[in-house]
Amino acid sequence: MPDANRSTAASAAVEDRQLYLDGVTVSFDGFKALNDLSLVVAKGELRSIIGPNGAGKTTLMDVVTGKTRPDSGRAFFAGDVDLTRLDEAAIATLGIGRKFQKPTVFENLSVFENLELALSGPRGAWATLFAQLAPPEAERIDAMLERIGLEDRRAVPAGALSHGQKQWLEIGMLLMQEPQLLLLDEPVAGMTDRETEETAKLVLSLAGQHTVVVVEHDMEFVRALGARVTVLHEGRVLAEGSIDHVQNDPRVVEVYLGR
Amino acid sequence: MTPLTFRLARLLDARGWAAFAAIAVAAAMVVPLLNTALPAGHPLRLPDYMVPLLGKYVCYAILALALDLCWGYAGILSLGHGAFFALGGYCMGMYLMRQIGTRGVYGHPVLPDFMVFLNWKELPAYWYGFDMFWYALLMVVLVPGALAFVFGFLAFRSRVTGVYLSIITQALTFAMMLGFFRNNFGFGGNNGLTDFKELLGFDVQARSTRIGLYVASVLALALAFLACRFVVTSKLGRVMLALRDAESRVRFLGYSVTSAKLFAFTLSAMLAGVAGALYVPQVGIINPSEFSPANSIEVAIWVAVGGRGTLVGAVLGAFLVNFAKTWLTGAAPEVWLFFLGALFIGVTLFLPRGLAGLAGQWRAGLGAAFRRRPGAVEARDA
Ligand SMILES: Nc1ncnc2c1ncn2[C@@H]1O[C@H](COP(=O)(O)OP(=O)(O)O)[C@@H](O)[C@H]1O
Ligand SMILES: [Mg+2]
Repeated sequence: MPDANRSTAASAAVEDRQLYLDGVTVSFDGFKALNDLSLVVAKGELRSIIGPNGAGKTTLMDVVTGKTRPDSGRAFFAGDVDLTRLDEAAIATLGIGRKFQKPTVFENLSVFENLELALSGPRGAWATLFAQLAPPEAERIDAMLERIGLEDRRAVPAGALSHGQKQWLEIGMLLMQEPQLLLLDEPVAGMTDRETEETAKLVLSLAGQHTVVVVEHDMEFVRALGARVTVLHEGRVLAEGSIDHVQNDPRVVEVYLGR
Repeated sequence: MTPLTFRLARLLDARGWAAFAAIAVAAAMVVPLLNTALPAGHPLRLPDYMVPLLGKYVCYAILALALDLCWGYAGILSLGHGAFFALGGYCMGMYLMRQIGTRGVYGHPVLPDFMVFLNWKELPAYWYGFDMFWYALLMVVLVPGALAFVFGFLAFRSRVTGVYLSIITQALTFAMMLGFFRNNFGFGGNNGLTDFKELLGFDVQARSTRIGLYVASVLALALAFLACRFVVTSKLGRVMLALRDAESRVRFLGYSVTSAKLFAFTLSAMLAGVAGALYVPQVGIINPSEFSPANSIEVAIWVAVGGRGTLVGAVLGAFLVNFAKTWLTGAAPEVWLFFLGALFIGVTLFLPRGLAGLAGQWRAGLGAAFRRRPGAVEARDA
């Protein structure tokens, strides 16, 4: 069992690395959204990534999930699987789940059906044409509905959920796939304080079973997670360490408060 | 019950099955009875010309159903479905041409008249086999299916969506039209294929044959409807709906968006081919104008009017718009296109979910009104 609180993740042996970005650069029309970025996340670790708007946090997730190909550099998963050579579906099948910044659930399907589609199982066109929901699968969905607090909304179209509920549903969909690595892009954006608290509990309950990378603006939330923090700025890692450590780093203070 | 029969039984709910059976049986029985059992001159007697006309509408309904599967569910607005319909029609037309035999104007035992006229000496290889009905039937689904598969594979793999996809499907049907207009293409040029004599040995002009074709079309529509229900009630159907909402989420869940779309598009093209094959012997001709881009746009209007993503709406829309077209092109031909345009704009603006959506709203409204009446709730609970 890897130690979630390992202080120097960067020194992790190759086989303990869940995610390893090596000198990744992504440029859009000459503008470098990621600039020679390197980052290591250990297996089972919970990691927060913070940074001002435009720092490249979402772009980082795009690279890991195959949405964006880097101009240079590599991204390795679980030791030595090169993610930059795979497409989104293949990466998802490897065990990487991603929550988008804007909640993306299937608005016209019911909450239950949203989770059903996320359920692990054959994905081909024929297989899904003849697929039947087995009782144990239905039970897994019910258990997940309970875990994300949506058991009484199972038959409601996902489009009718509140913003916070959509975020939870999306996290629930990711968990149905039992991913090794979970990427959460601003999971509490637009949530009420109470919802934020609930979400922190949910995310903390995931740590250990999954490797979780959380991108967030909300400092209260990041503090509540109590995880190792990476500060991104202009496509590079500016600082890394505990929340108190990075908040006292003068460069971080300048980026957040200065100008 | 095996899982599959269970799924089949649940394609519709009890009321749905009852309505389906009643409409299918009525459609298949009433028209032939009104046409044959009533004496000539009886006010309810259906004139002979009405049978193939209704049969034609049924074929259009199958085409609309096909488009609804790919547009209403998978979100692919194909404006080229007329091409698949026409290809199915040409395959059937080729069979019917080969059945003419020596009865053509030139009396050539193998070559259709237009080939003799062009001084061709032998049958092109792609006409081989079409003298056999089973082979022609196979081609009716395989040719449109293969074209849709290849075209769809290229388009969906490159992630061509939305308006761009609609435009290239228009280009596809337009290009096919230009090709089929050419005499050296070997499909009769701008005259197309016509002067059919027999289908499976039955005289295509005979009243009994026309009734047979009409009933076959109704059966095909019923089966196509159930097949589409099977797809849209499956998990694959939910994947299709899902990718309309959030394509990238579907991808990140590990589904191949390309194969889900390809399935919908190809199956849809095959259904369109069947519709075209049933259409041709009933109207007696197939020519390149069937490929005209405007035809494909009309199909989209039928579906929009009926209400997309409901299947039933597509069928309804095809019937209503075509009844209106037959009536208007007779009564005031110059207004038809304006009417069609106004209809499309009106539906888009005021009835985004079409007539089927209106029916749903009306039912919901009625339900709400019923519930508002004092005592109604108690009565329901009791
Ligand atoms: N597809 C794109 N095209 C052009 N510029 C982009 C694109 N995606 C992101 N960017 C730019 O890259 C920078 C980093 O964006 P992003 O990763 O979304 O930042 P963050 O999520 O940290 O707010 C921003 O300046 C943004 O404008
Ligand atoms: Mg972002």
